[in-house]
Amino acid sequence: MNDDTNKVTQLVEGREITRVHELQYELKIADVMTTDVITISATDSMKQLRELLRSKRISGTPVVKNRKIVGIVSIEDLIKCLANREENASIGEKMTKTVATIYDDEPLVNAVVKLNEYGIGRLPVIERGRSELVGILTKEDIIKGLLKKLEIDYQIREVRPDQEGTLFNNTLDAKMRVQFKYDIPSRDISRAGESASVLKKTLKRLGFHPQIVRRAAIIAYESEINIVLYSHGGQISAQIQPNYIKIKASDTGPGIADVEQAKKPGFSTAPEWVRELGFGAGMGIPNIMKCADKMTLKSEVGIGTVVDTIINVDSGPN
Amino acid sequence: MQIEEIVNKLDLEVRSSAENLRRQISGGYASDLLSDVMANSKKDNIWITLQIHENIVGVASLLELAGIIIVNGREPDETVIKKAAEENIPILLTKLPAFEIVGKLYNLGIRGMG
Repeated sequence: MNDDTNKVTQLVEGREITRVHELQYELKIADVMTTDVITISATDSMKQLRELLRSKRISGTPVVKNRKIVGIVSIEDLIKCLANREENASIGEKMTKTVATIYDDEPLVNAVVKLNEYGIGRLPVIERGRSELVGILTKEDIIKGLLKKLEIDYQIREVRPDQEGTLFNNTLDAKMRVQFKYDIPSRDISRAGESASVLKKTLKRLGFHPQIVRRAAIIAYESEINIVLYSHGGQISAQIQPNYIKIKASDTGPGIADVEQAKKPGFSTAPEWVRELGFGAGMGIPNIMKCADKMTLKSEVGIGTVVDTIINVDSGPN
Repeated sequence: MQIEEIVNKLDLEVRSSAENLRRQISGGYASDLLSDVMANSKKDNIWITLQIHENIVGVASLLELAGIIIVNGREPDETVIKKAAEENIPILLTKLPAFEIVGKLYNLGIRGMG
């Protein structure tokens, strides 16, 4: 857990996005995958699998029928079979039938996330449309692809297998879906807007559509203003993925007594000094709702308020 | 229309980002409510307001507005001017009230909609 927290903080403190981050969004699966895929048929035996894994020096392989993927089988499945003396069983009986796959036109970051989430070593790559197996992607392919792009002379032999995982985890674990966290102090109106500005720059740099960037910036700005003006302080965080942006604004109180009322345009509890600055017109939360594809507002008096928003990236201008 | 043209024709005082006046104006929006501007102004709009605190720069920068015209002869603080310079946001001053300056901008062909 501690480790996780640190990683998030690292990314937050190093507000700069590294080239490796950007490349994960820029590069497509097709750019880095291995196209020469070794496959096996469901009607082959586990004995044949043993021979294949040994001769090709691989630890698993997709099972295909007419170029379509029907399963995946790994060295672990083989070991189980050997232990139970089932070498003659067919691949079809022993393979894993639900296979995590990825499309060739997806950004690399999606693969990084999937490999980590499922704790798997390889992802078969499917061509969108024809649904045929066109490649395979391992952590090694990803690292090679990134390093090649970074024009670093990569000597595969220099990375021992036991180091490979570490290198992967250090360069690109799942936390590298860009996380963003910003502490917002209470009542410091002069600094309000900073988190929105940093988020906007981040999204722009990652190449999101200007309309998406604008919607995210407005959500962050209005949330930030609310935290500054009405709360004891709080935090804005965002999780950025190629297909969605999640923004969370949370504070430590005092909480909203009537949430439904707070969602109504024009409703405001703003004191005079707030209104004089041009805030407090009761437009903040309605603006957030307008810019988000989904918003949930939870609040408890004496505890605090949490506003969760999602922007679906393919939803375009709202 | 470029900012420079309205500065010259309407005799506006340039307080920041004088080197950035070639920027094209897409239209105009007049409001003193920041959330209203957030919700309804468009990129490269010229924004007419009487607000002079530094959050106007944040709003203009986030929305990529072309510039801010501050009305009624109001003077923003030095910190606001400095922030505007950092963000490349032209701040323009006029002694006229909002109604008058908006009318003049309209006559020059700047529109709020469409």
